Amino acid sequence: MPDSNSPEARSKDGLDLSGLSARPQFGAASALTTIPGLLLATAVWSVAAIVSGLFLWIIADIVVQGLPSLSWTFLTESPRNAGREGGIAPIIVSTLLVLGVAIVAAVPLGVGTAVLLAEVTQTENWFARLVRRSLDVLAGVPSIVFGLFGNAFFCITLGLGFSILSGGLTLACMVLPILIRATEEGIRAVPREYRSGAAALGISRTMTLWRLVLPAAVPGIVVGLVLGIGRALAETAALIFTSGYVDRMPGSLFDSGRVLSVHIFDLSMNVAGGDQQAYGAALILILMLLVINIIVSYVGQRYLRHTASTS
Amino acid sequence: MFPSRRDFLLTWGLRGCGVLTASVVLMILGFLLRESLPTISRVGIDRFLGDATWHPSSGAEGGQFNLVPMIVATLLTTAGAVLVAAPVGIAAAIFSHYYAPRWLGVVFAKIIELLAGIPSVVYGLWGLTVLVPLIAQWQPPGPSLLAAVIVLSMMIVPTIGLFASAAFQSLPIEHLHAAAALGLSRPRFILSVALPASRSGLFTAIILGTGRAIGETMAVLMVAGNVVQTPDSLFQPVRTITANIALEMAYAMGDHRGALFVCGLLLMGMVIVLVAAADRLGRGGARA
Amino acid sequence: MNSQPPFCGRFFCVLSRWRLTMLPLGLIGVVAGLGLVVGCGLRSSGGADRELVLTGSSTVAPLMSEIGKRFEQTQPGTRVDVQSGGSSRGVADARRGLADIGMVSRALKPDEQDLIAITIARDGIAMIVHRDNPIASLSDEQIVGIYRGSIENWKEVGGNDAPITVVHKAEGRSTLELFVKHFGLENRDIVPDVVIGDNEQGVKTVAGSVDAIGYVSIGTAEYDAAAGVPIRLLPLGGVTASIENVQNGSFPLSRPLNLVFPRASSSLPEGASVPVGIAGELIQFARSAAMHSTIKEQYFVPVAP
Repeated sequence: MPDSNSPEARSKDGLDLSGLSARPQFGAASALTTIPGLLLATAVWSVAAIVSGLFLWIIADIVVQGLPSLSWTFLTESPRNAGREGGIAPIIVSTLLVLGVAIVAAVPLGVGTAVLLAEVTQTENWFARLVRRSLDVLAGVPSIVFGLFGNAFFCITLGLGFSILSGGLTLACMVLPILIRATEEGIRAVPREYRSGAAALGISRTMTLWRLVLPAAVPGIVVGLVLGIGRALAETAALIFTSGYVDRMPGSLFDSGRVLSVHIFDLSMNVAGGDQQAYGAALILILMLLVINIIVSYVGQRYLRHTASTS
Repeated sequence: MFPSRRDFLLTWGLRGCGVLTASVVLMILGFLLRESLPTISRVGIDRFLGDATWHPSSGAEGGQFNLVPMIVATLLTTAGAVLVAAPVGIAAAIFSHYYAPRWLGVVFAKIIELLAGIPSVVYGLWGLTVLVPLIAQWQPPGPSLLAAVIVLSMMIVPTIGLFASAAFQSLPIEHLHAAAALGLSRPRFILSVALPASRSGLFTAIILGTGRAIGETMAVLMVAGNVVQTPDSLFQPVRTITANIALEMAYAMGDHRGALFVCGLLLMGMVIVLVAAADRLGRGGARA
Repeated sequence: MNSQPPFCGRFFCVLSRWRLTMLPLGLIGVVAGLGLVVGCGLRSSGGADRELVLTGSSTVAPLMSEIGKRFEQTQPGTRVDVQSGGSSRGVADARRGLADIGMVSRALKPDEQDLIAITIARDGIAMIVHRDNPIASLSDEQIVGIYRGSIENWKEVGGNDAPITVVHKAEGRSTLELFVKHFGLENRDIVPDVVIGDNEQGVKTVAGSVDAIGYVSIGTAEYDAAAGVPIRLLPLGGVTASIENVQNGSFPLSRPLNLVFPRASSSLPEGASVPVGIAGELIQFARSAAMHSTIKEQYFVPVAP
């Protein structure tokens, strides 16, 4: 009888694939007939309503003000007249490149550290506690301090100058805590039976990790990636000082490139008359985020389905 | 126990990852120290706590370097934002997992993911053009502690909500089966089973949310008013430490610049203290 | 677990359907990465001496970005990279050689005489109020009173009965320094209600509150007022606040936008006031008559060459 948490069970009644837990069949003592039940239900539904309402408010603001700027030329041309006219094509490219560098730098390091924290060291080991606390501290460093640090370290000390590489590496530092924590929680959720079963079969720890535990922890990694990418795209102050202000199409990773959030900031706070284009760029950024989220979730689920079907 | 050489390499490789991660924090601390020590030695620590107010551009002698109002402002905005966002985020996660019909839960989760990616500039812009005029009509001047708390909590609800959601998702399904077998009602299950069992995940969620709130720069800069004072009402403008650095760094020279790095150092100090305190608290609770 | 052995001791022993999907994606990623690395090789072999880096004031940055683009068009093979970071960064980077030219939105200070400044444009500073505020003008003494906190209600200067929301700039900003110098104020005497950073933040703050007063760059304010943002510019010393009046010199409050470089620079020959080489060409280009329309497009005032 397969363990109810095993991949077969999960994929069969489609529980894990949407990222939500099983639809529970709750007891006949209905939620709404008791006062605490009624309160909780009201609270939870009203929270959902308020959050959705606020989201719609902000999105409506962006869409209404930004939709007029959207057009094919907006997506394919370079900015003119300090960004008031023309398009944002080089900016989109720079943003994707910086994001790519950040992910490539952060994911191996992040997953590795998460595995270290969750698997290899005991929880109360002083080393694990040190690493975990430094991650929490890293999560609290202000974005502008990251910008100044990134500028001093990557641009000046390492000699990369204002470049997409500097920006991506700085972003990787910012995204690490989120990624590591989410992956760690995901790894911790994998049942102990997996590991004891593998040990009983005499499988090396590396193999257990690579073939059993990590695939089962993919939902956690996906959450970390989604949140991390969201945070990365939303970053402004750190990138002004590292990947720079140049709005030319970047020719290589060593070129300076303006990312979307910096462009939005410049157009709305620095350039008179840039508001409309700023909202257009914000709309593009949200669409980009939506697309990336969907791709990441899809790849995560495909991977899950794959491992479910072969083990 | 290293049954194979591969495992040995793996363990040391992973330890290397951990060292690298921890060293980033140390490098940032070192950088802040290097830039701020000259100013600290010239101005003296007591002046950072005791001077009349904050007017650093007149140099080390004539300038004023009091950081206390800004420390208070940072603590108030962060505490306010977390107090609002933690219940909201956790409630949102409860909603999408246990109350909403499947399709609605998925849609709602997507909404939260998108909210996480909206740039701080956009939140700040919305705050400046929509929220602040509203508050100004109620009680001038408009940019205020209240506006900062509202915007900040909107920004960290997605972080807390998504982490809480992941924590609920990883609950072993046996818990649900057992609760159903015992005939537990939904609220009873949530309050007595789901929440306690996912305590470590929820704790992580709140810590990361707090970190984000303390470190937020742009949005707070646009809506908090940026006047250096200790507020005695929600409607008064305040300046947080991060907004201070962002506001003045671009035009600061010499000791003024050094003083801003002292601000950065102070903020990291506050984060370290908060994290250590949370560590103490967390070790008392159950580590799932 | 089914019969197919998943752990065969080698990582990629099974060519599965999933791997067939992932492999092309991975290859695309590798190729793209290689392409970028090769591209960087091409770039660094390109002309390093035909490259200029400018850093400094975020006010001047959009202007120099546009001028730089036009310069690149007239001189193919050149690159002009404009970064922001503030006037103090412009000064610091020019001194340390991290930038070829620094952008500074004020006149040089007494302790900055190791640099030479060349003015390429001028910018005025105007007082702004909300469009629905009935006040038509304010005298210098009234402005001083408002900012010092001795005048706290609009009715004391002939307006509505409402408390004044004083909007002020952050310390160190060149707009602020010009403002306090013109009115003979000390920054520590000013009691603001809101402190802002960039010009547009000031405009949006005043536009959001009927009882606010602030000061921003004239070009920004003029453009926004004409575009329908609910603000109004107040005349200063009897002179209407407009770019025209800054140009003809009648408006009393204006500041220079400067390009700075070190006096002891190796590209500056004896007795010359402009460096030779591409930096000098850019500076000459910026001051040329051809760029006047560009400067006006950015709502600044061109200077006579």
